[in-house]
Amino acid sequence: MTLVCVKDLHKSFGELEVLKGVDLDVASGEVVAIIGRSGSGKSTLLRCLNQLEQHDGGTIEIAGQHLDAGAMTPNDLSRNVGMVFQSFNLFPHKTVGDNVMLAPTVVRGVDKTVAERLAREVLDKVGMLEKFDAYPAQLSGGQQQRVAIARALAMNPKVLLCDEVTSALDPELVGEVLRVLEALAKEGMTLILVTHEMKFAHDVADRVVFMHQGRIHEQGPPRTLFEHPETSELKQFISAIL
Amino acid sequence: MIDFTLWDIVRNLLLAARWTVVLSLIAFVGGATLGFVLTVLRLSGTKWLRYPINIYVDIFQGTPLLMQMFLAFFGAAALGFNVSAWAAASVALILFTSAFLCDIWRGCVEAVPKGQWQASRVLGMNYLETMRHVILPQALRLSVPPTVGFSVQVIKGTALASVIGFVELTRAGTMLNNATFAPFTIFALVALFYFALCYPLSCYSRHLERQLYDAGLR
Repeated sequence: MTLVCVKDLHKSFGELEVLKGVDLDVASGEVVAIIGRSGSGKSTLLRCLNQLEQHDGGTIEIAGQHLDAGAMTPNDLSRNVGMVFQSFNLFPHKTVGDNVMLAPTVVRGVDKTVAERLAREVLDKVGMLEKFDAYPAQLSGGQQQRVAIARALAMNPKVLLCDEVTSALDPELVGEVLRVLEALAKEGMTLILVTHEMKFAHDVADRVVFMHQGRIHEQGPPRTLFEHPETSELKQFISAIL
Repeated sequence: MIDFTLWDIVRNLLLAARWTVVLSLIAFVGGATLGFVLTVLRLSGTKWLRYPINIYVDIFQGTPLLMQMFLAFFGAAALGFNVSAWAAASVALILFTSAFLCDIWRGCVEAVPKGQWQASRVLGMNYLETMRHVILPQALRLSVPPTVGFSVQVIKGTALASVIGFVELTRAGTMLNNATFAPFTIFALVALFYFALCYPLSCYSRHLERQLYDAGLR
């Protein structure tokens, strides 16, 4: 079942055209890794999916919800799309528990005790339950990112967008975050990740999408893509990072 | 001529200092309330709200408080309203304070990282929900030191109410000087009174600044 359907997506920042017609379908439960050079439009594509950037042309459909160019963002888009950022963006004035409980109580109107049970459940899933009462500043980067994942999961999204979620982490902390994402993928969560972790893309993704100059240049199963790249751009990219 | 002892002078200045304190409180509470509303409206992004507020802030920051006092007092009289020195001084100081606090607080809200807005947005929170639960609590912590610091300016600003005949500390000093012809003693005492009011606030502001620094927020 197609969960995300992107057709002919265009986005410009002033004169600079960042997305020049992107088509992408993502099935429910699929894990899609988007790779490519910086400036290729990976992050912009991701940010259009949850309308942090409004696209200029083309259509996006997520779980039956249409996002038209120039139209108002539906208020309940967050029901379907969750996002985790490179820089965590936890709320520094709130405890780990309150970070996770805020959106369910404020946006969904969930009762405080129900929200707390839900928060404990998702924090347990990312292995951060024992830090329920800690503040973000008391946690390591990896722990903060795991809390950020739990915070997104608490809204029960149908698809989780991850924008270079390990790029701001010390190397020894990358593993704990990737393990959480891998577990989510195994559970059947639909994931769209912009990533520089090629090993992770290789091992966990169902499909790897290579973006180049605002378009999807090449895509396919990770093994095929990494071992038998067809285009010279992808060959160059792979040889540059390995 | 009546003979004034030093105690007479101090007693009269103390009595007048009450009104400096009361006027400062009126200006601060009124100005903070108005300034808060203006800050939230100004940041809401609608240009029909933003532009007039920008102009309001520019006018009150760009003209001397003394002129604002004159206009509030004599201007109102010229328009046929008979306002007391009390009312005119209060109105002028409230408007003056609100304009400055509106600008100080806007800076504090803008100092909260953009990622906080984005994180709130993707969690489904709207503008007011984000302001209330995420941005304002953080901006508030940042705003306390500069706000306390600015209250010192408000206290000193009340001295200008003396020119429209409001009897506060400065005006009382002038009147006492007219009766005693001891300007050095009297104005040194007046200055000392202002210092006693302002210095603790300055120290408190610096203390709060240090606390923020230690908490890693600056």
